[in-house]
Amino acid sequence: MAKPATLGRQQHLWLLAAASAVLAPLTVDLPKGLALGTSLILLWRAASLWRPVPVPGHGLLTLLALGGAVAIAAHYRTLFGRDPGVALLLLLLALKLMEAKSGRDGHAAVLISYFLMLCQFPYAQSIASAVMTLMAVVLTTTALVLINHPRRSAPGALRLSAQMLAQASLFMLLLFMLFPRIPGPLWGLPADAYAGLTGLSETMTPGSISQLSRSDAIAFRVEFSTKQPAQDTLYWRGPVLTGFDGRTWTAGRVPAGSTLPYATAGTVSDYTVTLEPHDKLWLFALEFPGAIPSDGLMTADYQLLAKAPVRTRLRYAMRSYSGVIAGRDESPERLRQARQLPAGTNPRGRLLAQAWRAELGGDGPAIVRRMLDYYRNGHFSYTLDPPLLGANSMDEFLFDSRRGFCEHFAASFVFMMRAAGLPARVVTGYQGGEINPVDKTLTVRQSDAHAWAEVWSKDLGWRRVDPTAAIAPTRVERSLAAALPEGEPLLARPAFLWLREIRFRWDALANAWNRGVLGYNPQRQRDFLAGLGIADQDWQRQVSALAVLGGLLLSAFAAWALLERGRNRDPLQDAWSRLSRKLAGRSTVRPGGQGSGLARRPWEGPHDYAQRISAALPNIAGEISIIAELYETMRYGPKTTIARTRMLQELNARIGRLSP
Amino acid sequence: MSPAARLRQRFFSWALRGRAPEAAPIVLNQRRVFVLPTRFGFAFAALLLVMLIAAVNYELSLGYALVFLLAGLGIMAIFHSFRNLARLRISPGRAAPTFAGETARFGLILTNPDNREKYAIRLRLPGRNPVEVDVPAKSCSEVQLELPAQDRGWLALPPMTLQTTYPLGLIRAWAYAAPMMRCLVYPAPSKDALPLPALPFDDAGDAGLNAGMEDFSALRAHQITDPLGHVAWKAAARLEQGPLLTKLFAGAMARSLWLDWDDLPGEFAVEARLSVLARWICEVHEAGILWGLRLPGTTLSPDKGAAHFHASLKVLALYG
Repeated sequence: MAKPATLGRQQHLWLLAAASAVLAPLTVDLPKGLALGTSLILLWRAASLWRPVPVPGHGLLTLLALGGAVAIAAHYRTLFGRDPGVALLLLLLALKLMEAKSGRDGHAAVLISYFLMLCQFPYAQSIASAVMTLMAVVLTTTALVLINHPRRSAPGALRLSAQMLAQASLFMLLLFMLFPRIPGPLWGLPADAYAGLTGLSETMTPGSISQLSRSDAIAFRVEFSTKQPAQDTLYWRGPVLTGFDGRTWTAGRVPAGSTLPYATAGTVSDYTVTLEPHDKLWLFALEFPGAIPSDGLMTADYQLLAKAPVRTRLRYAMRSYSGVIAGRDESPERLRQARQLPAGTNPRGRLLAQAWRAELGGDGPAIVRRMLDYYRNGHFSYTLDPPLLGANSMDEFLFDSRRGFCEHFAASFVFMMRAAGLPARVVTGYQGGEINPVDKTLTVRQSDAHAWAEVWSKDLGWRRVDPTAAIAPTRVERSLAAALPEGEPLLARPAFLWLREIRFRWDALANAWNRGVLGYNPQRQRDFLAGLGIADQDWQRQVSALAVLGGLLLSAFAAWALLERGRNRDPLQDAWSRLSRKLAGRSTVRPGGQGSGLARRPWEGPHDYAQRISAALPNIAGEISIIAELYETMRYGPKTTIARTRMLQELNARIGRLSP
Repeated sequence: MSPAARLRQRFFSWALRGRAPEAAPIVLNQRRVFVLPTRFGFAFAALLLVMLIAAVNYELSLGYALVFLLAGLGIMAIFHSFRNLARLRISPGRAAPTFAGETARFGLILTNPDNREKYAIRLRLPGRNPVEVDVPAKSCSEVQLELPAQDRGWLALPPMTLQTTYPLGLIRAWAYAAPMMRCLVYPAPSKDALPLPALPFDDAGDAGLNAGMEDFSALRAHQITDPLGHVAWKAAARLEQGPLLTKLFAGAMARSLWLDWDDLPGEFAVEARLSVLARWICEVHEAGILWGLRLPGTTLSPDKGAAHFHASLKVLALYG
């Protein structure tokens, strides 16, 4: 092997640029200290290319590496797992660039860079991350070209890497569509594999949903095939919280089965849900589902569950009924749990509820109405920024602060119902959604997260009561943004219509991206192949289709590599050959002329050739001498004249006009 | 010889298919250009495999896309590396004679018939450091391959390897070529100087350039190669329109030195004799004396100048 070339300033710069492009998308998800540290190391290296800044020797580098590893271990409390691994690799890349001297070091840095590009995808696979990755690939490949050919100019290397990647993208398309997809995961993933996914949780404390409401992230998308129900009936049921310890609501252990625990009735809605991964079992559906998906279950409190945590985007067809009466024969044990309250907390609320019970008797609906009236007439306000609450949070909210978000209203409502002796529970989920006018899908965001209540009665079973609707009807009828008073900090506030329009378009694009690119899973690949006429599960035909199309592509490129010479010939030589071809048919007048006529002989220069033609065809002698002179000027004269194009045109025109 | 080296040797001779040495110009057509991944290329492939497994495991659609894009890049590197070497033409250039013990330089002309520049072509002779060259589009470049000249006589250019890892270093495209080319190696001039044989005159002390310029004999028309010192300037001044004239000296013929094989002491072996003669030739050439050379079977009549110098040394180089 030849000696690896040393890296010059240009190669270092491109490697640093590539590393920065790799680092940028990762900074969002990795600790800020790490991002700062690696950026400083990269800047240090860049500075040392111009100024005599000392570059750390082996000792200091080892120290930096150890220190970095210790800091990463301290941050994650482990060195194993996905996130610490990515962090260590990033540190390694920065330090490698610091000490890189030879071409081999550059090669190592390029390999680490390519690998780190993959590492951002567990965190984000949006269009933006695809674009950033593409930029990083171009920069890294350009750095690689420059390492292997230091004399090449940077723009030339950039053009070449862009050309090669454009050619490579054909292989990418082919493999992406036809490479047999294996359903993952192949083995257990590290515990932290799905950290950072937002969504509802199994518990609810005051403030947990209002926190979620600030997130603009998409929870799921819905396409209705039947008429979409009214906005204020769009309750997407999620975790049902029955347990209460005075402050926190929790979902208990509830049995789940694969049969519907109620009879279906009412209007049918058919739709398809595309659920974003949230690393929990929950599947969201309109109240109440009319069927359970094949790989799902339904709990005794009517929540749909998947059998494995939802870790990739999931698409399922759903049917819901609007008129279901559920739970008329609820088990006494579950009703007991739904009446349970911790002793000794929130005395004022209890007193009030007991007073209502004494006054209204056991009339459940009347107690519910009384409570809703209490909200309406008690100067309650709906806000994303409620004051912090202390130990007796229900009392404080109901009698003092009177400012709260949906979880405050739902929790206090259920508390008061239980205090009045009625079985009640909190239901969390999403309410409403936004129709995207571009592709007509309903987008449900984390900011649509909601909490409401269910009260049980003997006649009607579990009935939904949404106390938020009593205090802020627009929240349910329209959206959170509409319900909040002016001045509330909210991402979703549609300040400008055009901004809203852009967001719709972007969402439609993102939706198409999610379905077409990110959602291209084994199932969709089968569908796609079936569309091509390749039968389901027929992997042999799938592989042979890949082989045939891949072979065609390879032969096309082989031809391109081999048949270089056919293209882009010298136009001047072409013109000159044309003259020779044109005159080849003419036999010389003089006796003893060769059979090849007046074709140019291989050894004949322009001058000699012109003389021979002139002697044979005196009628065009003048024209021929002009042509020969033009050719001579262009062939042997200075190559820089701007008039060359014009001269070439004239030459071609004159040869064309020639009629021997 | 290790098995690997033997295998390489077998491949080498198979690749040249008995063509060595080849007549010019040698065109590296597609059947002569081989491609294989470099060590870095294998590392890249291993990395892609790991990335593919990660993409499967985490079910990353964009991960698949990235791996497939990079795989496509690897495939394209094969075509680009191949195209960078294929169609190159190699023709022998100049190989100036050299003395044994010095370095022979073989000039090779690489011609690129394509419309694209060919970058970073490495030429390597067995056991030597490679020489790297770029060949501009529709143009040619000259490279000099160096080889130590050990023995006098003809030194043939051994078969060489032309290779390139351009553009990504993932793929090595290479070809073997054995241009028919040789370099003449003169015997090394002896280091232990034996004095020059005496000039055939008593006043040999004045054996320098001036010795042959004493006896003016005639004038003849000036030729470009004549030393300026011999121009008849006075005559030129007299005849303004006339041609330049050169003075001829009778001594030039009379006082020539014979370097004779048989003059050397009997105990000198063949190579030692050639070595001493080579040194003498260098000395007399330097001094500008006319010399003749007598070897068993060959005689060069007295003359001087570069052509005579090289002719004399060639006789020595090819003696025997």
